Amino acid sequence: MRYNAFKIIKEGLTGNKGWTPAWREPEPKFEYDMIIIGGGGHGLATAYYLAKNHGIKNIAVVEKGYIGSGNIGRNTTIVRANYFLPGNSEFYSHSLKLWETLEKELNYNVMHSQRGLINLFHSDGQRDAFARRGNMMRNQGDDAELLNKEGVRAELPYLDFDNARFPIYGGLFHKRGGTARHDAVAWGYARAADQLGVDLIQKCEVTGIDVVGEVVQGVQTSRGPIRAKKVGIVAAGRSSQVAAMAGLEVPIESHVLQAFVTEGLKPAIDHVVSFGMGHFYISQSDKGGLVFGGDLDFYASYAQRGNLPMMEHVMEAGMALMPAIGKAKVLRSWGGIMDMTPDGSFIIDRTEIENLYMDCGWCYGGFKAVPASGWCMAHLMAEDRPHEVAKRHTFERFRTGYGIMDEEGTGSQHNLH
Amino acid sequence: MRINCPLCGDRDRREFYYLGAEDYLVRPAEGDLEATHEYLHIRKNPDGLTKDVWQHEAGCRAWLLLKRNTATHEVLTVELIKPKKAIPI
Repeated sequence: MRYNAFKIIKEGLTGNKGWTPAWREPEPKFEYDMIIIGGGGHGLATAYYLAKNHGIKNIAVVEKGYIGSGNIGRNTTIVRANYFLPGNSEFYSHSLKLWETLEKELNYNVMHSQRGLINLFHSDGQRDAFARRGNMMRNQGDDAELLNKEGVRAELPYLDFDNARFPIYGGLFHKRGGTARHDAVAWGYARAADQLGVDLIQKCEVTGIDVVGEVVQGVQTSRGPIRAKKVGIVAAGRSSQVAAMAGLEVPIESHVLQAFVTEGLKPAIDHVVSFGMGHFYISQSDKGGLVFGGDLDFYASYAQRGNLPMMEHVMEAGMALMPAIGKAKVLRSWGGIMDMTPDGSFIIDRTEIENLYMDCGWCYGGFKAVPASGWCMAHLMAEDRPHEVAKRHTFERFRTGYGIMDEEGTGSQHNLH
Repeated sequence: MRINCPLCGDRDRREFYYLGAEDYLVRPAEGDLEATHEYLHIRKNPDGLTKDVWQHEAGCRAWLLLKRNTATHEVLTVELIKPKKAIPI
């Protein structure tokens, strides 16, 4: 069923009785050409582009929970292409271009809103660094505009510009940045992949990966064994556990990142605002809740909840930046499992086992990458060679030290990103 | 989360600095690049019991080995990393 405005009106007038499920619930087959482990944003996008771009028919996505139950439904929904380093710059640029046509591509409203992203700076040195970053973004073909203090004031009049510790000097304005409805992205890719014949197998936990003579044969699941010619592990925070099923150890440490939402408010914050010095960023959802977060709690965790010190820090940073939000009441908070790599950049690569591929290490920035990650992982699995915009994102860079992509310049070490 | 420092007693988590997994306690031989790669990057990353290295940064500054549960944040044991062992960094 294609969705369109006429259909909505017709169904609205006839009791909404004509809607059908957005995707099938198939039983797993005996064998697939390709299996994707993980039905999150990246896994679903990989399956979709395998079918769409590479014409592969016989694909399954196996998901231990339900579609949208992982990080794709638990993030702060920011979409941007403001990366600096070669490798990341072209990858996220590619991703943003895919976002801009995603709704038409999927025939699904993902509520992609290019409301603009402003990264604030607070010193002359930081201004220079942001000017340089902006130039890199423009060289890549994306947009960036350096705003002075008055330029920021025109966009964000509600900020505290004269904060004693971090007075606002200006900001880097990325107009094509914004947000999207996170779980709609999962649902849109799931529905579109299903329509191309991909089997989405939910409530099916992978319990083992069958490897014979260094070649992958298939997976063991809670719903029985499934054979496959190629297998892709796209398991985000659980990457280490799934890789271990194939006897692999990966350069990932899982950390907890918290996020917060207030009660619904009238429209107040039109942009995505990032206050790097306070490790704080904020936007307002279409429901009206202020969605904000900060930095990692900075220790390995799978608890999916954080600790009070970071919560307090984030609230303090928010109050320092925009004292007006002190009247808003926080409705809920949560923590997600972040698959952190030593350099803070992701991995889309082959593994030591033939026909077994991994897409992992998204750290705390996987949401904006969903379309390009799926695009590049599908290319890698179908063609058995990396896509041009993801060819630097290998496991090997850690072994050799060549091609480390450390955007923050803090060092290639697990506890530094 | 609170951590019971063997020297200072029960303290708030924010007094402590997290370095990483206990892999840091076994330094590779100089020049062994493969072992150095594993020491720096490759992690078991367990969901459950783990041992990792912390420092009581805002207290006695002792390096500590914690046995804790990554799924619940429960801290089971805290012991001093003795000078005889390899002190990280």
